Amino acid sequence: MNNDTLLSLDRLSIGFGDTTVVKELSLDVRRGETLALVGESGSGKSVTALGALNLLPPNATIKGGRWLGDTDLSRLTPRKWQGLLGNRVGFVFQEPMTSLNPLHTIGRQLAETLRLHQGLRGRGARHRCRELLEQVRLPRAEELLDAWPHQLSGGQRQRVMIAMAIANQPELLVADEPTTALDVTVQQEVLALLAELRDHHGMGMLFITHDLNLVRRHADRVCVMRHGEHQETGTVERVFQSPQSAHARELLDAEPEGVPTPCGDAPTLIEARQLSVTFERRRRLFQRRQPGFEALAPLDLHIAAGETLGVVGESGSGKTTLASALLRLNQAKGVIDFAGARLDQLSGKALRQQRRNLQIVFQDPYGSLSPRMPVADIISEGLRYHQPELSEQEVSARVRATLREVELPEHVAQRYPHEFSGGQRQRIAVARAIILEPRLIVLDEPTSALDRTVQKQLIALLRDLQARRGLSYLFISHDLAVVRAMAHRVMVLKEGRLIEQGPCMDVLSRPADPYTRALVKAAGLVPQG
Amino acid sequence: MPSLSPITRRRLAVFRHQRRAWWSLWAFGLLFVLSLGAELIANDKPLLVQYQQQWYFPMLVDYPDTVFDGFLPTAADYHDDFTRNAIESDGWMLWAPIPFSYDTLDEYLDHPAPSPPDGRHWLGTDDQGRDVLARVIYGFRLSVIFALVLTAGSLVLGVLAGGVQGYFGGKVDLIGQRLTEIWSGLPVLFLLIILASLVEPNLWWLLGIMLLFSWLGLVDIVRAEFLRARNLEYVRAAKAMGLPSHLIMWRHVLPNAMVATLTFIPFLFTGAITTLTALDFLGFGLPPGSPSLGELVAQGKNNLQAPWLGITAFMTLAVMLSLLVFIGEGIRDAFDPRHVQSASGNTTPQGSPAHEQ
Repeated sequence: MNNDTLLSLDRLSIGFGDTTVVKELSLDVRRGETLALVGESGSGKSVTALGALNLLPPNATIKGGRWLGDTDLSRLTPRKWQGLLGNRVGFVFQEPMTSLNPLHTIGRQLAETLRLHQGLRGRGARHRCRELLEQVRLPRAEELLDAWPHQLSGGQRQRVMIAMAIANQPELLVADEPTTALDVTVQQEVLALLAELRDHHGMGMLFITHDLNLVRRHADRVCVMRHGEHQETGTVERVFQSPQSAHARELLDAEPEGVPTPCGDAPTLIEARQLSVTFERRRRLFQRRQPGFEALAPLDLHIAAGETLGVVGESGSGKTTLASALLRLNQAKGVIDFAGARLDQLSGKALRQQRRNLQIVFQDPYGSLSPRMPVADIISEGLRYHQPELSEQEVSARVRATLREVELPEHVAQRYPHEFSGGQRQRIAVARAIILEPRLIVLDEPTSALDRTVQKQLIALLRDLQARRGLSYLFISHDLAVVRAMAHRVMVLKEGRLIEQGPCMDVLSRPADPYTRALVKAAGLVPQG
Repeated sequence: MPSLSPITRRRLAVFRHQRRAWWSLWAFGLLFVLSLGAELIANDKPLLVQYQQQWYFPMLVDYPDTVFDGFLPTAADYHDDFTRNAIESDGWMLWAPIPFSYDTLDEYLDHPAPSPPDGRHWLGTDDQGRDVLARVIYGFRLSVIFALVLTAGSLVLGVLAGGVQGYFGGKVDLIGQRLTEIWSGLPVLFLLIILASLVEPNLWWLLGIMLLFSWLGLVDIVRAEFLRARNLEYVRAAKAMGLPSHLIMWRHVLPNAMVATLTFIPFLFTGAITTLTALDFLGFGLPPGSPSLGELVAQGKNNLQAPWLGITAFMTLAVMLSLLVFIGEGIRDAFDPRHVQSASGNTTPQGSPAHEQ
């Protein structure tokens, strides 16, 4: 064993009951390096880290050797584990929104780690906490100590989590998808910070992620997993240049590719002028009403038949608000012309009749299907309402045809949503939209909850449907690679304002606005040949 | 829906797994079904009579005395020695196990009423010479049916009011909430007492008045669930599909709200039973002579020398309410998502795994 080796796993197997989720995995993390553990969701990445460090529920069975430096982890008593976790090993989890206790101030949560492992209290602890917050580059550290978690943004919370993880100067830092919930530009800052801290403290870092883009830029070595099995390990350059396992090649190829078929000079389908959304603030008793919050500043847009308009921006930029306003799902000001009629002046029944022409597919494949209805009912619900004259046979024939169109087997119609994977659910959501034969579909981050390989298939399907049915899409995404593969034109939003718009290729290759340039840079797009 | 959804099936499994709740449900169900046939168990008329080669059904039909060789054209009294002898001389009678109904005054008591338990009256009689066991059986049935109707009624009203407020939100919600707050400020007990002095209170009056107020407890729960559910993505998807509001509420939002509502039902149910008993105890409840558990409690209090009255009333209420509370607990646990996840193995709730430090 190398002297530099920090964490070493030797044929580690983890199982729950009869199912094995990690099979004979061997890997080691050296001091001062970042090892990326890569795989799709369900490949056993997180379980490996949690299992090696005894953080799984007691019904998990763990076999094989695991060492932290000279300590044999498989023989530690619970008391020894308490002394080790948070002290020699630090953790950063994925969800910054839920990994801080909302009822304690930042300072108190930070001080808790210090008290437990170093016995620091009172003024000393406070001083050290401020030092830690400064180390993770949080401004106004003194004020932040007394702040509550909800007063911080996602990126700031993740920095606090990192401060907690490094508080006791651990030898090993486990970062489990630390940036997945963050905006792309923030992602880069957080990862740069992690790398800097690693070099400064000489830590080893186990970086768990599904995003190969991040691996390429922030890891030294990479270990690829699939279905709990080790695929290959190697330096980042080697694996990215000449992947040896089939699965690594598949992952690398999974970058969304291709461009949408050009749509030519089609007539305009929907046009919005001076569309804006303002949320009114609560009026306090005996006080003047405060000016409303402008979620979307007035903007114009138009989409031609068969065209895809991409909408790009970070969270809170008003992308979804724009989509809801366009579909008249929330209150908005402005003119909306849809196929020659004023959509913004319809109401009641007339509006409901028109809705079948404007459909939407949501981001979360788990939340957008009612868990209590079988797939056939979910898909046919709108059809039954809009065309009550159809007989039971006609409806089920339409459902089967639609399932075929989204490339799902017909026999799934009687199953319930929980039996499907994320990608399949998203296909069901698409089927629910297209069975009404709409002319415009709003796709609200349809691919962001999916693995890259599944994403690629869904994008191909969506492009296919567009070509076959002449559909128009409003495609919302924060992922520039996906937008490039889908959109003809693109709009960049920031804080509810239109920053830049134009043909997709032009905007992405020659961004005019500094904000767009930062986005493009952070996304690290691989040039398409 | 053709079959039970998998969630429902898992919940059922969790519920069945809790032996106490499961057995309580069976015991309560059995008691209720038995009490539905109270006329077959406790009746002061024979179930069946054969007299002079002819069949008679005194339980269903009132026969005059003259049919059985009597002199009076009034309804026959089968406890009367004359009638009894007449029938048994040329036929036979089939009696219910307890030959008294809830309002039968036994005129042939050995002791002054209230008489202690003996072979004739298994739980003794009350201070008017009526069989206590018969009154308990009829009283149980009346309480449960009262509670069932009251619960069903409050459910409909509560879900309707809460649903409309929660789904539409905004001004509807604001005004609706204020109205329910004012409404819930009215004193129910005073209303009932005032009512008792104005009209002869019967079952329907009581039910009506109680129904006016008992749904208020449900409104907040249902409203909160609807408020949450109206922003779920599949509800927004249904809205985008152009479905009208009532269909969205019925098909997508209501099933969500039902979980919290169903958990509340057993407590509404026990509440209804206790309220009815309390009103009867105070004398503002059902008209005099009705088989009521509250009246039995009052008799127990007034006749401390006859402990069988108080003990019977206490045991009946204690068993009934305990069974309902056990069932309620079982339902609550079955709908607890943390229990649902571990339905296959143990049913203890699990904490969140892998919490840092």
